[in-house]
Amino acid sequence: MRKLTLAIAVIAPMLGHAASAEDTLKIGYIDPLSGGGASVGEGGLKTFQYLADELNAKGGILGHKVEIVPLDNKTNPQESLVQAQKAIDAGVHYITQGNGSSVGAALLDFVTKNNTRNPGKEVLYFNYAAVDPSLTNEKCSYWHFRWDASSDIKMEALTNYMKDTPSIKKVYLINQDYSFGQSVRTDARKMLGAKRPDIQIVGDELHPLLKVTDFSPYIAKIKASGADSVVTGNWGQDIALLLKAAADAGLKVNWYTYYAGGAGGPTAIKQTGLDHQVFQITEGFANSGNQAAMDFEKAFRAKVNLSLWYPRAVNEMRMFKAAAEKANSIDPVKVAAALEDLKFEVLDGGQGLMRKDDHQFFQPIYISSFGKLAANEPFDEENTGWGWHLVSKVDTPQAMVSTTCKMVRP
Amino acid sequence: MLELIVISTLNGVLFGMLLFLLSSGLTVIFSMMGVLNFAHASFYMLGAFFGFQLTKWIGFWPALVLAPLLVGAIGMAVERYGLRNTHKHGHVAELLLTFGLAFAIEEIVSMIWGKSPVDYRVPTLLDFPAFTVFSTNYPAYKIFMLVVSVVIFIALLVVLKRTRVGLIVQAALTHPHMVGHLGHNVGRVFMVVFGVGSALAGLAGVIAGPALVTQSDMAASLGPILFVVIVFGGLGSLPGAFVASLVIGLVQTFAVALNGSLASAFGPLDPSAGPSVLTDVWNVTIAQVAPIVPYLLLVVILIVRPMGLMGTRES
Repeated sequence: MRKLTLAIAVIAPMLGHAASAEDTLKIGYIDPLSGGGASVGEGGLKTFQYLADELNAKGGILGHKVEIVPLDNKTNPQESLVQAQKAIDAGVHYITQGNGSSVGAALLDFVTKNNTRNPGKEVLYFNYAAVDPSLTNEKCSYWHFRWDASSDIKMEALTNYMKDTPSIKKVYLINQDYSFGQSVRTDARKMLGAKRPDIQIVGDELHPLLKVTDFSPYIAKIKASGADSVVTGNWGQDIALLLKAAADAGLKVNWYTYYAGGAGGPTAIKQTGLDHQVFQITEGFANSGNQAAMDFEKAFRAKVNLSLWYPRAVNEMRMFKAAAEKANSIDPVKVAAALEDLKFEVLDGGQGLMRKDDHQFFQPIYISSFGKLAANEPFDEENTGWGWHLVSKVDTPQAMVSTTCKMVRP
Repeated sequence: MLELIVISTLNGVLFGMLLFLLSSGLTVIFSMMGVLNFAHASFYMLGAFFGFQLTKWIGFWPALVLAPLLVGAIGMAVERYGLRNTHKHGHVAELLLTFGLAFAIEEIVSMIWGKSPVDYRVPTLLDFPAFTVFSTNYPAYKIFMLVVSVVIFIALLVVLKRTRVGLIVQAALTHPHMVGHLGHNVGRVFMVVFGVGSALAGLAGVIAGPALVTQSDMAASLGPILFVVIVFGGLGSLPGAFVASLVIGLVQTFAVALNGSLASAFGPLDPSAGPSVLTDVWNVTIAQVAPIVPYLLLVVILIVRPMGLMGTRES
């Protein structure tokens, strides 16, 4: 009798789980939850879980409860494929990933092959941060959608701003040695060369991805080069430690970055004392001035105890819901069709567009600088008392770039 | 150019001293007990996290004393209840034990403190630039690290070579039975040695934590280079480890500073050949391969001088 009770006690929850699994809409979150990228990956996970809760509070997507399934890929492309397969076997039809374009490229390839081989069991890949332009150009896939602005869009906007800053004379490029870092350096060289041929590139560094623990030697090199500005696409601990080493050495330059706002970055900038000399380029930020975004930020900070680092994740999840409602289905094939050319009011205001040609989302882009806050800027970062301040805004039409994608449609 | 050389030298020495701080405990354990402790970097990580936690509760300076003691106590427990039992099964069993321990510690640390870096800051007392060379600041904290390393080096040398304690410890390794007959507790000697080695790792953790990043993968990212240091310096040789730390610190720092590549030495490849694997190899700079240079050194030294710089035996 006791054995029977025990068996029921063990099996009953499983049955219950199986029944509810049919109703749940699972999203596989494949990102680093250990290793050098863990801080970024954990922040992303909390963001997506918050967003899932937000959707569930309003009835989920077409009545389906949204669940985020965390899968640790250790920022490793090979491991990501193992995790993706695991997710698919567990009945996941949507995966989302952001950290590392090398991972992004591997997943894109994997999902495309999977969908060709298993018709009726399609999987969509929602990319919220892997920004290597090739993912929506030569490698583009019908099953991949990207909500972050690609690296060349960001560089276009950043160099447009730098073009009008005459004090920039000598630029130093330092990037991570993999596909994304290399695309940042090539784009920077190309665009600066075209827009400001008088600017001298005094250094062009590539360092190993998420492996450097002390950037002092690199800082010494930047200093010796006489650069007045540094351009970097570094993210995660690579930007935080780079800025920390700069703070320690007392390096005084202007920083044009993609991700200086990441964990540890603001604290390091405050240490350098570089008031409004570190710039970053994003699709939204805490002090953007948009009321809805600021309300969201406030609620998000209160619950998650983090700044909202991924406004694009908000756009992704809300747009997913919009597309599913438009298609009146959560079938990935129908959702993919509904997402194409879908227009959407983004979190920080303004209309965005998921372009049909390459599945790149286009949205307003902001350049902001980090420093002392003005009266109408309520949000600081990492308790430094400093926060992001609007420097320049690029509207959607100006933030569009051409694509070489030849989309293969099913 | 001079500026870059001076600053790179300084950076190299500072980094080298940090490496020594880390590898000293590993060398002590190896030279005294013959155990290659794979969990050493994990004790370093424990030191950093204990340091962080105690700093929050009671301040940095008490933490600087207490955290290494705690790590040392854990080390002693590991020796008493783990290594002592596996010792009779030979070195492979000991190696495997420490190997498993390293994974266990990493998991436990990430369960307690999470996987994100913790906010472990330099104490305000040392948070100022000590001096400025060519308009580059050198934080007082880094100088503090350097001083601690040198003090530890000298203290260890004196204790091991000039005192009765050192004599007994060294004798216990080669002639354990004789030392036992003379009335010393050999088991306890080994336990204390392992504890001291672990405490040194813990101390390195408390000190390096604020200067680098304190997170659960710090053991994995610094572990391999420690083995390079002790193999390069000669397994079990304290002066060897000291010299090797300096050499590796300097080599790695200077490698970053160099922009040379095959292309700059011999001219670019014929562009008509198009991009290939060869163009990548041709254009890669020394700076790009800087992080693997120490490992190249390891391979070279093992081929040329298997006992390491100052080692005495081939093992």
